[in-house]
Amino acid sequence: MSERDSPELPDFSVLKRLARDQLIYLLEQLPGKKDLFIEADLMSPLDRIANVSTLKQHEVDKLYKVEYKPVVSTSDQLCFLIRPRIQTVKWVCDVVNADKAAGKFKRYKIIFTPQKFYACETVLEEQGIFGDVSTDEWAFYLLPLDEDIINLELPEFFRDNFLEGDQRWVRTGGSALHLFHSIYGPFSKVYGIGRCSKMVYESWREQVKEGEQKARQAEVGTVFLIDRDVDFVTPLCSQVVYEGLVDDIFRIKCGCVEFGPDVTSSDKSIKVMLNSQDKVFNEIRNEHFSNVFGFLSQKARNLQTAYDKRRGMDIKQMKTFVSEELKGLKQEHRLLSLHIGASESMMKKKTKQDFQELLKTEHSLLEGFEIRECISFIEEHINRQVSMIESLRLLCLLSLTENGESNQFSNNLNSAWPCQSYGVDHLLTFANLKQLGLLVEQQPGETLTVMESKMGKLVNDKTAGKLTDAFSSLAKKSNFRALSRRLSLVPKSDEEYDLRVPRDMAYIFSGAYIPLSCKLIEQVLERDGWTGLEEVTRLLNGHEFAVTGSNGADLRPQSDAQRIILVMFLGGCTFSEISALRFLGRERGYKFIVLTTAITNSARLIEAMLDNHV
Amino acid sequence: MTPTLMWTFQGMCCVFQMMKSKADEEDYWNSSKFKAFTFDDEDDEFTKLKESRQAVNSICGLVEEEEDEDEVEKVSWSGEPVGSEGISRFLSDSETGSGASASSPCVSCFLLPVSCRYLVVGQGDGVQPARAELPQDRHDAVAVSLEKFRSLQEKLLLLDEAVGVHDGNVITAVLIYLKKSLSKEVLFRELESRQTALRHFIHYLTESKEQRLLLELYRALGRTEDEALLQYKEHLRITDENKRRDFLKSCVSLPFSPEDAGHVQDHYTLLERQIIIEATDRQAETGGKVEIFQKFPRRASILNMPLITTLYYCCFYHYAETEGTYSSPANIRQTFRIAEKQYFVTALAARAKLKAWHDVDALFTSRNWLGFTRKKSPLSFSRVADILSKNNAPVQVLQEYVGLVDDVELRVALAQKYKCHFIVISTYRDLKDRQLLLGYRGKVERGSEEERKIDELLSNPQIRWKN
Repeated sequence: MSERDSPELPDFSVLKRLARDQLIYLLEQLPGKKDLFIEADLMSPLDRIANVSTLKQHEVDKLYKVEYKPVVSTSDQLCFLIRPRIQTVKWVCDVVNADKAAGKFKRYKIIFTPQKFYACETVLEEQGIFGDVSTDEWAFYLLPLDEDIINLELPEFFRDNFLEGDQRWVRTGGSALHLFHSIYGPFSKVYGIGRCSKMVYESWREQVKEGEQKARQAEVGTVFLIDRDVDFVTPLCSQVVYEGLVDDIFRIKCGCVEFGPDVTSSDKSIKVMLNSQDKVFNEIRNEHFSNVFGFLSQKARNLQTAYDKRRGMDIKQMKTFVSEELKGLKQEHRLLSLHIGASESMMKKKTKQDFQELLKTEHSLLEGFEIRECISFIEEHINRQVSMIESLRLLCLLSLTENGESNQFSNNLNSAWPCQSYGVDHLLTFANLKQLGLLVEQQPGETLTVMESKMGKLVNDKTAGKLTDAFSSLAKKSNFRALSRRLSLVPKSDEEYDLRVPRDMAYIFSGAYIPLSCKLIEQVLERDGWTGLEEVTRLLNGHEFAVTGSNGADLRPQSDAQRIILVMFLGGCTFSEISALRFLGRERGYKFIVLTTAITNSARLIEAMLDNHV
Repeated sequence: MTPTLMWTFQGMCCVFQMMKSKADEEDYWNSSKFKAFTFDDEDDEFTKLKESRQAVNSICGLVEEEEDEDEVEKVSWSGEPVGSEGISRFLSDSETGSGASASSPCVSCFLLPVSCRYLVVGQGDGVQPARAELPQDRHDAVAVSLEKFRSLQEKLLLLDEAVGVHDGNVITAVLIYLKKSLSKEVLFRELESRQTALRHFIHYLTESKEQRLLLELYRALGRTEDEALLQYKEHLRITDENKRRDFLKSCVSLPFSPEDAGHVQDHYTLLERQIIIEATDRQAETGGKVEIFQKFPRRASILNMPLITTLYYCCFYHYAETEGTYSSPANIRQTFRIAEKQYFVTALAARAKLKAWHDVDALFTSRNWLGFTRKKSPLSFSRVADILSKNNAPVQVLQEYVGLVDDVELRVALAQKYKCHFIVISTYRDLKDRQLLLGYRGKVERGSEEERKIDELLSNPQIRWKN
């Protein structure tokens, strides 16, 4: 398909302003000087929308990070800005009760964000301070990280929803979508797949009050919701696109990364914002890492030429050069040396850990080729106690791609050896991985599959709980191989793949694999629904939906709003997936906006499953 | 075939004249992921079940919602439209609902959290939040007691309704009420057939650390493996190693799956042994008499380390011990049924770290029945070379193993990587590849022994070069 002009993205800065104004309003609900305690993982998001002077203007005296320790504040008004977590609320209770015991009388306010939970208020009640503390909600759902990424910054969404089966964030998802809709909607088409997506969709619909929508021009017309558990394979793969690689190695936090001395070639670390404002980064973020070096060195040469221009200039020309160009060049110089430093450092790290061989193993797994070799690679990884996260990641990838059938090659992989190498404590981690379906134990053949489909119809929530439980683990079979065939996720390998001129989304994995999540989005947009994908959705355990609403929205497919597509990932998405969608957008004349509960990668995904701590 | 990789890291290095790769000085202990745990000493008391429910009741007013028709299109699970009595509507419409009448207790007359804002003196009742501009302002204003749901049937209907609207917050709220107002037996029995609610309840108990109740729940449901795992998890709270060991001992008889039971037994045995080794070695170290502890002071205690780490430690400090001692590697290997490959990798790494090349050599040497020795390894020799090089083995040691790599291409690649020039040279000679040999001459040092060797070969008339 030929390239088309992409439509302009809407302006998301209004979201920041909205969040900031609301926070200010809430702070003013506690008039006078007060100390503010901020939950550690809210610091960075807060940084993106307000700064210390904003807070000071609204009579915040001192700022503290919540550290679960007794507080030293002398202020007589304390305000806590926290996530709705029982542990944090218990700590606040301790603080209040300690003050009470010491005969101090203060005013307390808890601001829960993005919402409060009944369970948290129960803690206040149980600890005897309900009424002594006022509570409020800061509906800070949408944090724009970049011109096309909006983040809910709720990493716990993933574990709570998919592992624990707790639907507490469903409504949050619905509210986030609702907020987006009320500013940038109305949506005219909504597609989705996954249990959680469907629930979020319903929650959103319930929140849309009738008549609330004024007839106005939609900025975003199409929405796609997708559950993380629809595709676990993609986030478990090593990332090789620049931005993804930076995230895998340095961990990008809330759009910001800290480069250490090995990158800056000085003795200090610096924090850098990584977004489209950084011109150098913007050009390489979606590139396969192998192209980045060529690009950067070309850029360096250009820069040199630009600097060299000043030779032979007369005074007047020089003056213009200094006032007009030099600043830009210096800025570019700084960014360039930073990204060169980062690339060098990443290369060193990856060379050390035999990245090439690791990638080869991953690609073989995706392709279902030389599985025996892959297994011995993983075994060795474990035996040599190489990074546990990495070993678990590979084990999960093996299990997902082989559907648990690899056990016939090695009985020791699924827990014996990992326990010996990384500690028996991880029995709990293994239980979690199995519960989530990342590790599948071998099922005795076809018989169960047949049973499953027969019984599946009879089993429902109320009648046969135990059976549901037993079958839910069966339903988690990944069917990766079949899906891969049906959707041609693994390109034919006998053809050369030129990574400089990518022909499809597979370039984000060196041409070895088209991410399932993005392929589904592509297919549904192309078909304008799920028609023709029945077999695929069956393999994905269903829960797909497509709704074409009317409410006055513009339905012409050529309109700009229809070509701006909001993709909501429930449970997180990776930078590689975002790069793939950007590629798809360029190819098809779409613009994608990614709305995600968190930015994830293989390490974060596995770490969320660890349970070897109290 | 795997897809062609269009790039190699090694190849790209030259682009920016990367800094010369410094041999990694990674220290085993530093790189080890197993740091001491921090324990939270919080002791959970089984008190919350008897929570008084008076507090909230006395302050909650009853507010009911008017049900206005809503024609918003809905997609429900069953395909039927979601009823307009959905619970979450009452959360969202709270501002408008205060005038409704309450004739009969119905499931939809449900309500959620009391907003403290209205209870705190001095908090502005009359303040109209600027937030009203925001799309949602839901649990703010209203509080209604759940107390009117008294019969079991009503309670269960309430729960099912909550599950039906997929709002975890509401489900948990109802569960907290049911937990307070139903006996455990009844609650557990009813939850058994309600998986979604059950999972919310389990998560709530986990988060609020109501360990005992959760154990009782698992027991009542017959989920013995979960019960065992949860109990086993408690060991993480115990910091004192002797108490921890005793606790683990008591865990051994818990109803684990057969596989897990073996692991837990091993965990106990291992800690028991680590305690003995730690006591002896600490003494030896402070005594100052044992050379190895002087030369290589221990950086951390061996307590609570994984099995393989323990084996490494014993291969490092106690290699020569006879099988009878607790700390001898052979004894550990046998007790914990460590596979040959695992043992081999670990022993190799430990002895290489100590630069005990003689031990390394002995690991590979096997004698056949005629008494000839030959090198044998359960691990590919390329891996062996990798482990040795990561432990800074000298070229003399490395080349012996690189030379044993069967695959010619791999052998040359490794030899070049590890600078085992003689291996490269002799491989080229075996390949009778004069051009490659000539090319390699440029890469070795001028006037070195390697260069002499190459010249000698190149001028050897007996070799029939293929090019």
